[in-house]
Amino acid sequence: MELYRLSIEEARLALDSGEARPSEIVQSLFERIDSVEEKINSYVTLTKEAAFADALQAEAAIRSGRKNALTGIPLAIKDNICTEGIKTTCSSEMLAHFIAPYESTVTAKLKMQGYTLMGKTNLDEFAMGSSTENSAFGATNNPWDTTRVPGGSSGGAAAAVAADECIAALGSDTGGSIRQPAAFCGVVGLKPTYGRVSRYGLVAFASSFDQIGPITKTVRDSAILLNVIGGHDTADSTSAPVELPDFTSLLEKDIKGMKVGIPKEYFIEGVDKEVEQSVRKGIQTLESLGAIPVEISLPHTEYAVAAYYILATSEASSNLARYDGVRYGLRVQGDDLTDMYMRTREEGFGAEVKRRIILGTYALSSGYYDAYYRKAQQVRTLVKEDFERAFEQVDVIATPTAPTPAFKAGEKTEDPLQMYLTDIFTISVNLAGVPAISVPCGFTSDNLPIGLQIMGKHFDEASILRIAHAYEQATEWHKRKPAL
Amino acid sequence: MQYEAVIGLEIHAQLLTDTKIFCGCSTRFGSDPNTQICPVCTGMPGVLPVMNRKAVEYVVRTGLALHCDISSYSRFARKNYFYPDLPKGYQISQFELPLCEHGFVDITVEGNSKRVALTRIHLEEDAGKNIHEGGGHDSAVDLNRAGVPLMEIVTEPDIRSAAEAAAFMKKLRAIVRYIGVCDGNMEQGSLRCDANVSIRPSGQEAYGVKTEIKNMNSFRYVEKALDYEIKRQIRSLQDGERIIQETRLWNTEKGVTESMRSKEEAHDYRYFPDPDLMPIEFEKSLIDRIQSELVELPDEKHRRFVDEHGISDEDAGLLVAERETAEWFEVAVKAGGDPKNICNWIKGDFAKLLNDNNTQINESLVTPQMLVAMLSLVEKGTISGRIAKTVFEEMYRTGKTADEVVEEKGLVQISDASGIETIIDEILNNSTGEVARFREGETKLMGFFVGQVMKATKGKANPKIVNELLRKKLN
Repeated sequence: MELYRLSIEEARLALDSGEARPSEIVQSLFERIDSVEEKINSYVTLTKEAAFADALQAEAAIRSGRKNALTGIPLAIKDNICTEGIKTTCSSEMLAHFIAPYESTVTAKLKMQGYTLMGKTNLDEFAMGSSTENSAFGATNNPWDTTRVPGGSSGGAAAAVAADECIAALGSDTGGSIRQPAAFCGVVGLKPTYGRVSRYGLVAFASSFDQIGPITKTVRDSAILLNVIGGHDTADSTSAPVELPDFTSLLEKDIKGMKVGIPKEYFIEGVDKEVEQSVRKGIQTLESLGAIPVEISLPHTEYAVAAYYILATSEASSNLARYDGVRYGLRVQGDDLTDMYMRTREEGFGAEVKRRIILGTYALSSGYYDAYYRKAQQVRTLVKEDFERAFEQVDVIATPTAPTPAFKAGEKTEDPLQMYLTDIFTISVNLAGVPAISVPCGFTSDNLPIGLQIMGKHFDEASILRIAHAYEQATEWHKRKPAL
Repeated sequence: MQYEAVIGLEIHAQLLTDTKIFCGCSTRFGSDPNTQICPVCTGMPGVLPVMNRKAVEYVVRTGLALHCDISSYSRFARKNYFYPDLPKGYQISQFELPLCEHGFVDITVEGNSKRVALTRIHLEEDAGKNIHEGGGHDSAVDLNRAGVPLMEIVTEPDIRSAAEAAAFMKKLRAIVRYIGVCDGNMEQGSLRCDANVSIRPSGQEAYGVKTEIKNMNSFRYVEKALDYEIKRQIRSLQDGERIIQETRLWNTEKGVTESMRSKEEAHDYRYFPDPDLMPIEFEKSLIDRIQSELVELPDEKHRRFVDEHGISDEDAGLLVAERETAEWFEVAVKAGGDPKNICNWIKGDFAKLLNDNNTQINESLVTPQMLVAMLSLVEKGTISGRIAKTVFEEMYRTGKTADEVVEEKGLVQISDASGIETIIDEILNNSTGEVARFREGETKLMGFFVGQVMKATKGKANPKIVNELLRKKLN
């Protein structure tokens, strides 16, 4: 097999047994990138030189027996996660030349475990979007059908994993930005519990929703990465001081008797027929493995998208205020201070970012705060309570990750509302802060991947990983590769 | 018509923590621009704030000292506005649910006591500083101050005069210095005061239109600026003009308040809870601990000095104004000195020397024990009260003890009556005119004779003996 096709687990075995050297894997990946990247545009920045240097270090480490979990494993990082000395652009003109003077907690942890950075992957500008079309550096294309979007906002990361341009990647998920592109690209995407992974160094979009997570070829790889990036961080007050189990060791446990909630609000009109069929078949597979499906209700689901777009844009309007041209990033000179601010933000931000800043600014304005922000917070509480009640009955909840497979590029760019609705099944999870994973569960007749989403209780990633792993073991979907 | 002023104050006090509120950078004042900064306090993309627990504790300590209710659940909010010295484009502050509410400060103005109620105390971060130098088109930004913890204290509109406002500020400064949370330096800006001022006809319930006065960076200017503003508003109304709600800056050189903006900008700060910081929940045990660690406050000390040491109300006020002075006084009393006597020295000769040399009492070479030892020399009659002044000055200058100074300079009091008598006889013989006038009833000449004796003895004659002998010989 080509080395670029390896999963983390397989690469580890190959490296440890001496079958492959780190530099050979890096070499194989860059050759792959050379042949497919033009069609996909996964990466904003490739760190080829540094990657080969890292590979040499990894070789030395392996030779001398000082290897760690990720020694010699090449990963890609979404370009809204800060990497010291390497550009972090957020796919925005605003930060097109921005080099962070510090390292994010997650990449610092990956470094400690010896990973090799392949490069930084494309995203919707500041993670705002569901198709990776809102990028200052061009859209990313879906490896399964390059006329279609890879999903977003972590579309670059998901496409890079699907197209074998890296072994695995880190993305970020605010309203579905890991799971939806994972579903569209036929790979595994895990959004951990809010507070499980440090946000220090993740460029904030909506702080009370943002969470970093793995995008991988297999469920086990997600467990491996969560083991590394998870855990309490004193630099992030919202990271939870809870125990971090070894997720890989919990994968193989039997799923017999596990109760799987099927919320009726997720099987509604507007869901693509093939998507619904695949997901229902996926649930049958789980049943055949011993899980018990239970009909449940998450009654406030229909309000989730509205509440999310008020709260997330409110936070974003404040989070993005720092891009003012004063200290770093783009500055467009103006006649006076206000003019400089206006020109800088006019040129620096794309249309979707501006739209969300305006929405959020409006929602927080005096006189509107109670009607929008406060009301949306109340809805958020109701959605949380929906999940709490549901998880009294069931262990996990299974749904489609997205209502449709990957749509055509340009299809929804003129209609923001249609674009927002593509997150309809992923957003509630972010409102509630619970973890969820998307695993491949089939293909449409057009050979487009379909994702099965499994949601879990707060800090119970172990259960969703376990059931996803059992499903993956029982099916072949994850083994299919796009023809590139 | 009689008018009454209505004043509310908003005080910002920099907290004396070693590090900033959300990062580990130093809070030291006066360093080179942008030498105490990091990704967090410069608002780099992706950074997060981590609350400085000490800063929270300092605010709670202040709240307890100012008789506030401490909120068991408190939360931080973002105040959104654009300014170059504000790195994140928002200030982390508090809006709903501040740390402390409903306190008070008692003040005394011209013998009248008054209670000023506090609305709230909250914690926030300071901004940086814009620097306009060189006269060019460009401005620079120094972010050393960005993220220094700041406590905002808001009063109710209970203050009725500039003098009351100044008294409030002095009292507040004393308290924050006593409890060690702020150095109270108004000139350097670690204690800043803005005032909302309006006037209304005496007896009227409704408030008038208020102006906000800024840039009053000393107690004197607080009083002057508010005095000026009250008079200005009264004059305006009397001239049939309207008061405009606006921000006015105190101009120190001209001694006037000046309108800061021609048109008032309506700010909408779009406050909302900061999602990066968890709400603060206090255990009662923590509040109890902070309460139990609270030092004795000026008012309590004041009462004790009056009750225990028989110090007058006014003198006690002087002694407790600065924690260092009060503590110096107490050490001296413990060392065995007479409290009133010590107080007289502290507010008299000692205060003058400290003032002339711009020195704090705790930095003086004279220790409380040294003053007490000197006072006991006076009591024993070794030196006269008059000589004591000379001795003290020397002690102050050199740090030598009273014994050393007296010995070196030969200042031991002459208490030998026969020796003094000889000198007196000589003086009286040479002043026959004065003697005659004294005997005719011009008794105030006694001072002249005492003065002559002291001059002849270089002040060393025991004044009691001199007086006795003079009276005997003249009558």
